[in-house]
Amino acid sequence: MIRTALLVFKKDLRIEMRSRVLLWQVLPFGVMALLLCGIALGPSHAGNSSAGPGLFYLVTLLVALLMINRSQSVEKTPGTKASVATLGLDPAGVFLGKSLALATELWVTGIILLGGSVVILHTSLHGAILALPSVVVTLAALAVAGTLYGALTSGGDGAATLLPVLALPAFAPLLIAGERSFSAALNHGGIWRWWLILSVALSVYTAIGILLYGVLEES
Amino acid sequence: MTNAVTPTVDLHNAVVLSGGFPLLSGVDLQLLPSSLTVITGANGAGKTSLLRLLAGLVPLSGGSGTVAGFDLANGDLRELRRRVGWLGHEGSFYDDLTVRENLTFAAKALERPLIEIERALQRVGLSNRIDTVTKKLSAGQRRRLGLSWLLIRRPEIWLLDEPYASLDDEARTFFDALIADVLRSGATVVISAHDKLKSEALQPRTIVLGGGRIVSES
Repeated sequence: MIRTALLVFKKDLRIEMRSRVLLWQVLPFGVMALLLCGIALGPSHAGNSSAGPGLFYLVTLLVALLMINRSQSVEKTPGTKASVATLGLDPAGVFLGKSLALATELWVTGIILLGGSVVILHTSLHGAILALPSVVVTLAALAVAGTLYGALTSGGDGAATLLPVLALPAFAPLLIAGERSFSAALNHGGIWRWWLILSVALSVYTAIGILLYGVLEES
Repeated sequence: MTNAVTPTVDLHNAVVLSGGFPLLSGVDLQLLPSSLTVITGANGAGKTSLLRLLAGLVPLSGGSGTVAGFDLANGDLRELRRRVGWLGHEGSFYDDLTVRENLTFAAKALERPLIEIERALQRVGLSNRIDTVTKKLSAGQRRRLGLSWLLIRRPEIWLLDEPYASLDDEARTFFDALIADVLRSGATVVISAHDKLKSEALQPRTIVLGGGRIVSES
């Protein structure tokens, strides 16, 4: 399982580095969305607003949805899907590899957007640094849940529409906990309670994915 | 005393349904090792569905059958998929990876030594394209890459979906020679094609499908 996971992880990252979809399409979209949020708040209110953490996670979610669809679409070309299926890869390993690759891409994006929220939304730099541990776990949990729901929706038409609708019940608690921990960090409160909740969610989604990814692939 | 050869493929009254619609209905088919079979028929006749059934990519809905000793009606289809090689006409690899990266992925997944990549590429005449990104290959080169993928796999059954589409005469001749080698090694080869094979080197058995049934064979 671990060998397959590393194989798929490296393959997905290599595809991303070669295609540069993250660099030229997803990141500019995220930065633009953050900029629009800053304009909507207005320059005088942005720094004092408590909306910063929520807006950061809102933009991160939009970016994550694009990346989840992208992660699944590289597998779904009919010929590729059939050929890779005949390699007999362990589905649990594929799930872990794809989740880890997506998490890595989300971590890179998240750090850039976190920097963007400091510059554009005038979020406190100190608070943003304190929030980093919870951001890392939130994005990892989003990647794991996203890989699971991405496999569920990618087979049919309109996957890009179905994904956010079906995944909302899984994503919403993560975003709420992520936002609460970020706000706690900005207000010098304790983030570890939220970090623990997010870590439990990450473990639960990972366990479900390991058990069910093969079934989702077959369906 | 006779030496009975066990068929690689043995289907009896095989049925494949998709959403209640029969893609294959009542197919009886036996294929022996080292045999070449061409499945022809009009669009929607069931050619690709038959290949997908043999590859374990769709489940058997009715009837019975074995492929490479694997019981289609009772078993984990993933086990069967490891024993077959599939070359689709749409391409069989990741477009954003190079030839080397695609084949390395396949070789590592199958736990084959990486030296086999060089050998397979030499065999299909694609060594000079090893670091080319796959999406930049021509249709013929992509087909050769697909063949090298299968050479690394060394499956018991080669399932080739429309392999001659968009190939020029030179590529067809090369393809026929490689198939002849594969047959000599004992593998079973099944090709789906719109028309009968116009090969002088190969003398295949031809099965014509229509409406998900075998209409005739020669």
